[in-house]
Amino acid sequence: MMGPEHSDRPRARGRKGAGLAAVWFLSPTMIVFSVFVLFPVVFSFYLSFQEWNMFGGKRVFIGLTNYAAILRSTEFWDVLKNTVVYTVGTVPLNMVLSLVIAFFLNKKLAGRKLLRTAFFTPVIMSSVAAAVIWRWVYEPNFGLANYLLGVFHIPAVNWLNDPTAAMFALIVMGVWKSFGFNMVLFSAGLQGIPKHYYEAAEIDGAGRWRRFWNITIPLLSPTTFFVLVMTVIGSFQVFDTVYVLTSGGPLGSTKVLVFYLYEHAFKYFDMGYASAVAYLLFAIVFILTMVQTRYLRDKVHYGM
Amino acid sequence: MKMNAVKRLSGSILLHVVMYGLAFITVAPFLWMVLTSFKGLGDIMVYPPSWWPKHGSLNNYIDALQAAPFGRYYANSLFVAISVTLGQMVTCSMAAYAFARLKFRGRDALFYVFLGTMMIPGQVTMIPSFMVLYWLGWIDTYQALIVPGLASAFGTFLLRQFFMTIPSELEEAASIDGCSRWGILWRIILPLAKPALATLAVFTFMGVFNDFLWALIVVNSEEMRTVQLGLAIFRDRYQTDWGQLMAGSVMATLPILLLFFVAQKYFIQGITLSGMKD
Repeated sequence: MMGPEHSDRPRARGRKGAGLAAVWFLSPTMIVFSVFVLFPVVFSFYLSFQEWNMFGGKRVFIGLTNYAAILRSTEFWDVLKNTVVYTVGTVPLNMVLSLVIAFFLNKKLAGRKLLRTAFFTPVIMSSVAAAVIWRWVYEPNFGLANYLLGVFHIPAVNWLNDPTAAMFALIVMGVWKSFGFNMVLFSAGLQGIPKHYYEAAEIDGAGRWRRFWNITIPLLSPTTFFVLVMTVIGSFQVFDTVYVLTSGGPLGSTKVLVFYLYEHAFKYFDMGYASAVAYLLFAIVFILTMVQTRYLRDKVHYGM
Repeated sequence: MKMNAVKRLSGSILLHVVMYGLAFITVAPFLWMVLTSFKGLGDIMVYPPSWWPKHGSLNNYIDALQAAPFGRYYANSLFVAISVTLGQMVTCSMAAYAFARLKFRGRDALFYVFLGTMMIPGQVTMIPSFMVLYWLGWIDTYQALIVPGLASAFGTFLLRQFFMTIPSELEEAASIDGCSRWGILWRIILPLAKPALATLAVFTFMGVFNDFLWALIVVNSEEMRTVQLGLAIFRDRYQTDWGQLMAGSVMATLPILLLFFVAQKYFIQGITLSGMKD
């Protein structure tokens, strides 16, 4: 394989060839990207104003009808509520746990590498395998979860068949699956804080808590902000674990936005409606990110 | 002084106990999966649950392999993951070279548009991508699983950032000696960029091997199923056959786990880099 500029005499080639060379070097990425990202982004927006069953029937322009139908559907609001509950349940828990663990992993500990590996293992597992394992953990008669409750004399719970318990079960599993990822981000952030801040504070007589609140937390804030934004986005898009752990049940109690979108697109093939759901999801995530940026950016310290 | 030392020591012991306790809780479901996969039915349906298999055997694995063609699933997953990984290393390094080294009009604008697309949730592009594959007649083929993954904004960005740190004097010398741009990328930049390429490779491989939703959408037939899709369907069919389900989960996890133990450094590096987008 050779570039188009290969035939040029090397010495004659100057900046002039750069445009052509750029086309050559960018073309594989840009072709795939145009077909599977740019075209879809535009086309799904267009589709969201159409009524169209993919395997039969013509495309008909129906204006905002899809959006109106979604907003009138009680199921959509239930699904949105479930997604918000999942997000509110996982994000703070995930962030506190990953920050605390990263903080202590930064201390003098025997076997630090081993510990880090242990905390990180759930991240690298596939969500499908993880959810299959957790179905077994939540098994009502012989599972670990109820055994653990039994140890503390708490009555057994039918985890995946009780609407409230199922969402709780999903949240616990979601946190378990992903806190290791944020732990790595926080670790990197912590290592980026210069040691002399702590030394200076210690000389000034600041205790452990003071140092944590007045040095670690503010200097870590760019990382915390990034982690928060990404974790919220991620939890709004949860799907795999829901599909395998609960299939959205019982009684739709764990049905989340992407699951709803999946059903409409690939069960009912109602592509217009599903595209409108996708754009609503996009809008929600976008607005949430903007709100977080707007209100939290002033609180983020970039160096001193 | 002495009191301080005692206090410090007890604090350190407490810290170790808490951290190792948390680490054990984290890996407990995982250990339970592995141990259950070697248990017979008599060991599985017991209360209180027992950790260690009394009559350890490979029967669950044998049964699972007979009930579903996990071997075929494996071959599919590995083929798809390796193809996408190799493909992305080529496409991303070419694009990254253009963004890092070639001066052409509109370069920075194009780069930011490209980066901006990382913000778009995959669900927005999912439906039209599926249609494109349908129109191409690619549903239920390897192309459907591979081709959409052959470009990556994240990978291009990661390599571009790394290429920028490589001093360009070497390339200028090579260029004077008559080396083409392709030769510069291939013989000078890429050998220096091995850590970045390794990071991209482990991330892409893991992402593709673990992917579920895309396979769920574009695969219909049993022969085309990936390990994750196969396992999800297996769990639908054998709801409570825990031994076999755990054997299947072990099989679905093993390659990534092995990769992780070999290349842990690159996993950590990749995540750290993803946090430095600003």
